[in-house]
Amino acid sequence: MAGKDVKLLGAWPSPFVIRARIALNIKSVDYEFIQEKPGAKSELLLKSNPVHKKIPVLIHGDRPICESLIIVHYIDEVWSHGPSILPSDPYDRAIARFWAAYIDEKWFPLMKAIRTADADGKKAAIAQMEEGMAVLEEAFTKISKGKAFFGGDRIGFLDIAFGCFLAWLRVTEKSNGVKLLDESKTPALLKWSERFCSDAAVKGIIPETEKLAEFAKNLFKPK
Amino acid sequence: MAEEVKLFGFWASPFSRRVEVALKLKGIPYEYIEEDLSNKSPLLLKYNPIYKKIPVLVHNGKPIAESHVILEYVDETWKGYPILPEDPHERAMARFWAKFLDEKCLPAVRKVIWAEEKEQGKAMEEAWECLKVLEGALKDKKFFGGETIGLVDIVGNYIAFWVRAFQEVVGIELLTVEKFPVLFKWSEEFVGCPIIKESLPPREKIMAFHKSRLERAK
Repeated sequence: MAGKDVKLLGAWPSPFVIRARIALNIKSVDYEFIQEKPGAKSELLLKSNPVHKKIPVLIHGDRPICESLIIVHYIDEVWSHGPSILPSDPYDRAIARFWAAYIDEKWFPLMKAIRTADADGKKAAIAQMEEGMAVLEEAFTKISKGKAFFGGDRIGFLDIAFGCFLAWLRVTEKSNGVKLLDESKTPALLKWSERFCSDAAVKGIIPETEKLAEFAKNLFKPK
Repeated sequence: MAEEVKLFGFWASPFSRRVEVALKLKGIPYEYIEEDLSNKSPLLLKYNPIYKKIPVLVHNGKPIAESHVILEYVDETWKGYPILPEDPHERAMARFWAKFLDEKCLPAVRKVIWAEEKEQGKAMEEAWECLKVLEGALKDKKFFGGETIGLVDIVGNYIAFWVRAFQEVVGIELLTVEKFPVLFKWSEEFVGCPIIKESLPPREKIMAFHKSRLERAK
């Protein structure tokens, strides 16, 4: 398929964009990565995602697909000849979707809370995030069944849904002097994170912690 | 092996009613277990330890929680009536609108229904924005799913039925035929479908339920 046929509107720091990029890599799909400039939404973005005006947007042919996990589903279904992203068993698929939703609705919002809250709020959010990490550690053990990834021998939907946040997780750890991925508290997830970041489909997509920390400093500094 | 399908639900919840609709569309027999949400059963807490909420579908002993997840599971497990379309782009659009309904519309509409009188105006504007977007998405189709109901219609159940009941209780004009002719017509068609009609709680009972909740909250 010609590279021009698949476009991804996004930005390198966004974990949600990272999800789409990893999925496209798993399927070896050539795509044009169109980066949005920070602070100004392009005409193409506003036209392709009028409802939310957010990245990522996958444009396949001339049809836009929005919302990162919906994009990942779409990629899995369209490029069905490539390695599968969703598990093949319906129950395993349900479990993967359940935990991806948990990550987006319960776990990820804590990251913003940690950043924006006052001292007491920060402490509480960090404690909640640590609890969340423990829950995910247990989930990983159950779901991976001794294998390398949530998806088994290869990275899959839930690996992508969670792994996309690793750089931001590390920035959060540095900025707050906490360890969220920890040898004693989350040993399995720590090892998983290393394997995930070394995976061929992921390499180069997860930003360097330093670069992201610098970006975050500029993005979130009081204006 | 005999199929065992159980659904933990609550009579007034649009979320567990969605799952009932899906199971009925597929013709799947199931055991319904009514939960007392003020006194949740040990089984529910065992099957959904993360959220402790209904609905939970238990298929041959294996639990699935979260209505969106359950709906996709039901569609993938049992053939027959298609809840999601077949085409990947149409599936993506169905998922998009289902997500929009629950992440944007539901909170906006809830805000109006529970708002103090002085906050109602602003909350109403935001809810109308959502309904406007939905109306645009429906365009000239009979249902979001096309000629027959699909995922988005099922997930839109609380707009079609619950919102119309609650707005009458509170005395506000959220979804009216004047403001949203297309969406209003859809809501009539939706609740008129035989399978939907038999899956809805009685309207007066839902109105009384909301009235008593409002009174308790005072």
